[in-house]
Amino acid sequence: MTKPPNPVLYLDDVTVSFDGFKALNGLSFVVERGELRTIIGPNGAGKTTMMDVITGKTRPDKGTAFFKGVHDLTKLDEESIANLGIGRKFQRPTVFDNHTVFENLELALKADRRAFVTLFAGLAPAQKERIEAVMEQIGLSARARDLAGLLSHGQRQWLEIGMLLMQDPELLLVDEPVAGMTDHETEQTAILLKGIAGQRSVVVVEHDMEFVRALATKVTVLHEGSVLSEGTVDHVQNDAKVIEVYLGR
Amino acid sequence: MSGPLNRSLAAGMETKARLYVRAALLIVIALLAALPLLNLLVPPGSSLYLPDFAVKLVGKWLCFAILALAIDLVWGYVGILSLGHGAFFALGGYAMGMYLMRAIGDRGVYKNPILPDFMVFLNWKELPWYWWGFDNFLFALAMVVLVPGLLAFVFGWLAFRSRITGVYLSIITQAMTFALMLAFFRNDMGFGGNNGMTDFKDILGFPLNTDATRAGLYWASLLMLVLTFLLCRMVVRSKLGRVLTAVRDAESRVRFLGYSVTNYKLFAFTLSAMIAGVAGALYVPQVGIINPSEFSPAASIEAVIWVAVGGRGSLVGAVLGAFVVNGAKSWLTSYAPEYWLFILGGIFVAVTLFLPRGLIGLLGKKGNGPRVTKPTMANLSAMLGTVPPEPKEQRP
Repeated sequence: MTKPPNPVLYLDDVTVSFDGFKALNGLSFVVERGELRTIIGPNGAGKTTMMDVITGKTRPDKGTAFFKGVHDLTKLDEESIANLGIGRKFQRPTVFDNHTVFENLELALKADRRAFVTLFAGLAPAQKERIEAVMEQIGLSARARDLAGLLSHGQRQWLEIGMLLMQDPELLLVDEPVAGMTDHETEQTAILLKGIAGQRSVVVVEHDMEFVRALATKVTVLHEGSVLSEGTVDHVQNDAKVIEVYLGR
Repeated sequence: MSGPLNRSLAAGMETKARLYVRAALLIVIALLAALPLLNLLVPPGSSLYLPDFAVKLVGKWLCFAILALAIDLVWGYVGILSLGHGAFFALGGYAMGMYLMRAIGDRGVYKNPILPDFMVFLNWKELPWYWWGFDNFLFALAMVVLVPGLLAFVFGWLAFRSRITGVYLSIITQAMTFALMLAFFRNDMGFGGNNGMTDFKDILGFPLNTDATRAGLYWASLLMLVLTFLLCRMVVRSKLGRVLTAVRDAESRVRFLGYSVTNYKLFAFTLSAMIAGVAGALYVPQVGIINPSEFSPAASIEAVIWVAVGGRGSLVGAVLGAFVVNGAKSWLTSYAPEYWLFILGGIFVAVTLFLPRGLIGLLGKKGNGPRVTKPTMANLSAMLGTVPPEPKEQRP
């Protein structure tokens, strides 16, 4: 793992078992810098567990996980991993309902996270501009002063993506961003995520094949905790193994 | 839609409402400050005369209001339901009690200039090391905040680091205060056993049984209440305060944003314990006694009920709740003492089910409390700081 440029994420032979059931079984894959990657797979394929391993929520029994080739993710806790530059969006949108849209983004803003510092922290003009820029990007500028609890489901998803952007991460993990969205919202989300990729790496876990097609990226298919197939949307859709897993039963 | 217009209208109404609340608060503070004058300046025969016990009683409520603020800070804003805050209150009280005991000097029953009466009675020959320094008022004041603060810090560090939340945390706080109560009941602990400490003579040279000292302690309590209120307001309105409420509403999201939830909870819990200690220290010279019953779990639970009744997540609500419930208690225990506990329990159930935002919610004031509207079991789990179980992701 020393030859440059290091991939942003490198998983090798990661295995996680819960009471004997292997949620991840020798999973290996690599995400390059600036890449937008989609991960699909049937229920129980290990998509969420994979995110748990990357963000430090779950420790693997075996295997290695490196961020930018130097940070061993299997040894760090959630806070440190978040501060290294890995942002995570949960499957269920998780925003702070009793805070305004602006405050939600302010809390996510990359800044000193220590308690005594935040007690006296104010917002510099540049930081305020950054919050406003992200609100523009996620299309919520008009709702800045509204409580996040009043937003629609789709808007909450966008707000959470916006919160990830505020952290200025190098890698974003996005779990089922379009679940429960209208067609129009789904389209907007695809545009949003494609706009984010490039400067940052984005890993999207998704079920919705229409959306996966709209993203038009390299797709990794997980099955029973390991990689079943990898390639373009057309490639994996025509892969005999994938067809069998999805349709063969 | 006239969205922006509505919003600015609403904002205007809100600033106006805020002004009213502020004006009302200032009037209440002024009235409270003037109260002892009715005792000091009005002759005892007059119908306006306020008896001594009333000054003492309201002075006690002021201390309870400070305790309520401490509980609201951790429960209302961070979602930590502590059922053991009475322990911090009592520890602050004991620290003050130890100073007052030493201040008795040789005027005790046994005329021992160094040892308090109960130690002479137990045939102790010298002062235990943990009593050293308590003859100094400033040292005692430092202990009033440091002892509860240290206990909260160590206890909180162990609990929050292990991610103990919700009911489990409430139960161990309860166990903590119960264990301390049992310990303080023991004579060989050196804190006066079940009799505690009493028969205090004076504080800083001022005799405790005069009207002027009583009024002085009352004013000190009122001043501390105002200062504590301002301190808590500063904390909850800072970015730190927004992180704290975020922890209350979605703890794991805060963690994934890169904040150390443990440190934030520890900050709030320790600060809250220190405030509770100050409340206890002001309480003891006014009631003239401190004993292990202050550690009883029931006392801590009662304090939580004040906050629930007033409205958690609102600082004004916490203070209001302390006054209303204790006012009702003073009034009812003189008419129907045997029913008081039932009434208290009834109030708690009713508030939980029908007024999740407390009395302050009735005033329509926009508190920062969690928004729950329907009388459901969800209110109860919100009160307890437990999140209803999330639908588990399917795994074969």
